[in-house]
Amino acid sequence: MGISRRSALKAMAAATATIVATTLSAHETQAAAVVPLPDAVGMLYDATRCVGCKACMVACNEANDVTPDTSASGGLWDMPVDLNEHAKNIIKLYRDSGTGAQSYVKRQCMHCLDPACVNACMLGAMQKGEKGIVSYNPDFCVGCRYCEMGCPFNVPKFEWSKAIPKVVKCELCRHRIAKGLEPACCEVCPVGAVIYGKRADLLADAHQRLAQNPGRYVPKVYGEHEVGGTQVLYLAHVEFEKLGLPAYGDEPVPSRVRAIQGGIYKGFVAPVALYGLLAAVMLRNREKSDSAKTEKGQP
Amino acid sequence: MNVQSRPQPLGGAIFTRPVQALAVFAGIAGLLIIWRFIVGLGASTALNDGYPWGLWIAFDVVTGTALSCGGYAVALLVYILNRGKYHPLIRPALVTSAFGYTIAGLSVMIDIGRPWIAYKLPFFWDWNLNSVLLEVALCIMSYTVVLWLELSPAFLEAARTSTYSLFRRVGDIGLPVANKSLLWLVALGMLLPTMHQSALGSLMLLSGPRLHPLWNTSMLPLLFLLSCIAMGFGAVVMEGALSSKFLGRKSETDMLAGLGFAMLPVLGLYLGIRLIDLGVRGQFGALFAFDHYSVMSLIELALFVTAGVLLATDRRRRDAGNLFRAAMLLVLAGALYRFDVYLVAFQPGPNWSYFPSITEILVTSGLVAGEIAGYIVLIKLFPIMTGEPQAAAAGPGGETLWLASR
Repeated sequence: MGISRRSALKAMAAATATIVATTLSAHETQAAAVVPLPDAVGMLYDATRCVGCKACMVACNEANDVTPDTSASGGLWDMPVDLNEHAKNIIKLYRDSGTGAQSYVKRQCMHCLDPACVNACMLGAMQKGEKGIVSYNPDFCVGCRYCEMGCPFNVPKFEWSKAIPKVVKCELCRHRIAKGLEPACCEVCPVGAVIYGKRADLLADAHQRLAQNPGRYVPKVYGEHEVGGTQVLYLAHVEFEKLGLPAYGDEPVPSRVRAIQGGIYKGFVAPVALYGLLAAVMLRNREKSDSAKTEKGQP
Repeated sequence: MNVQSRPQPLGGAIFTRPVQALAVFAGIAGLLIIWRFIVGLGASTALNDGYPWGLWIAFDVVTGTALSCGGYAVALLVYILNRGKYHPLIRPALVTSAFGYTIAGLSVMIDIGRPWIAYKLPFFWDWNLNSVLLEVALCIMSYTVVLWLELSPAFLEAARTSTYSLFRRVGDIGLPVANKSLLWLVALGMLLPTMHQSALGSLMLLSGPRLHPLWNTSMLPLLFLLSCIAMGFGAVVMEGALSSKFLGRKSETDMLAGLGFAMLPVLGLYLGIRLIDLGVRGQFGALFAFDHYSVMSLIELALFVTAGVLLATDRRRRDAGNLFRAAMLLVLAGALYRFDVYLVAFQPGPNWSYFPSITEILVTSGLVAGEIAGYIVLIKLFPIMTGEPQAAAAGPGGETLWLASR
């Protein structure tokens, strides 16, 4: 009994140690920089140019067959208060109550280089596809909403009002891009506040604007490094946190869970080994109790 | 550790008043579930885009399966630590586990928006192997099957004494097969909870950027695993005490006190890792900030510590009332820890709030009621419980059974 118990305890200690070790090493591993796909496309939104006309919201609804959100306007016109099942794209206004400083901000999917939603999705309904666009395929979506739990930008939305719901999010108008067109919001913007292009070009453009207009911007391109980088980039004259773009580090959201899960389940060796060990200890214990019974003269 | 007396069906009337009352609650839940599928999740629940997961996930799945870890915890004790004296506890624990996991699976099917796609889950060519939720889903599905299979000897034993010859034949052929494969099933029944109970912690790692630092740690999987074992023992102690009180069973104080002792190292390990982790991450300041989050963490820790104190000495563990209170505190502590991680620590932003709707609450309580009714019916019909009924024990009492929630 002593030996088997000891080996069982050893096994448990080993399992615990493995988990602790992997979690610790996962903690210490510096996140390797995410390299964008060579053909990665995206958008650059310059809050200093945006005039808040919301033409992009109308164009987005039209291009994506989204029914307008009229709940806040008494059924009259499109007036979403945040991204939701009727709004894949929204222009919001921030005004500082003290200084009166204000800025518009456009929100939609950031098309992360290493997206949490894609990591979360059980059957790969969320995919990082062609040109790095994060796309959604309802045929593989069970509606679990883990993508919503994971997304650091609160982007994927769920059709709560429907009995047969889908997840709703900006897919960078991939159906238009496939036809050689731009995303609807970029095409329609009258002042060039949001432009479409290759991520590398947009990043260079953004840095050029920063260099040429000292003092005009918060000296940073949001999305260059945040959560490992995003394909939608932002320039603004008001701190990004105030515009709802949190001060995230450079580590991609899924990197920690990937390190821990990947560490424990690498090649599925650990579960198989643990199963074998559990069965072996049980067999040994059974043998022992059988022989103990025979010694006592029991069948 | 002599020859065990064999488990026997309790017998007696099946549709007693308490079972009928429980069935009414389950029936209400059934109607509300139908309504939920007609009107969608928005109209029937308080879920929203800020809190896409609510009561059905945080309680039915995350807490419910942890409370259903009795089968797992007792199996570890009996088969791995070779403590045969606890063997009589296995079948009742497995019944609660099997019901708890079945209900968790059912709740998931109610909670997900597109359940008709779920048939694709078992097909490995569609799997996203990076998805923790996929691991949880597959493990819970297979563990539910394993649990009912682990119980199959009880059903087959009953079949052998059936009045129908077909059932008798099934029992005669099936029982040796079931008994032979039991060891391999039980091993699987220990591997799967180890995997998915820790994965329930890993799930929230993905919400890390939006999780309050008091709970946002890479230790989540380990803390979830340890606390589920403690909760499993706690649930078995409570179940044992309640069935001895209300179902007229002889009290198993000796065995239950032993379980109380088994909880201590698990509890100690949990508290040690939780506190060291908070210290290493420099969160003691936040722990004593006495804001909303700090208070929740402190209550959580206080429940765990109090349970440990109540279990500290042999005399305290042999005091049935005290043991029961300790087990209850432990179960509450683990449940609160899970609610904190899934609902309190999760911060989607200032404009979001969530409190479960009446429908959500009624569905959850109806499912629990159905589970308790199922438990009572099952132990009356099938050989689950071991040991003699208490002399001159009263039959199942009416209102008292309401205490028998898991």
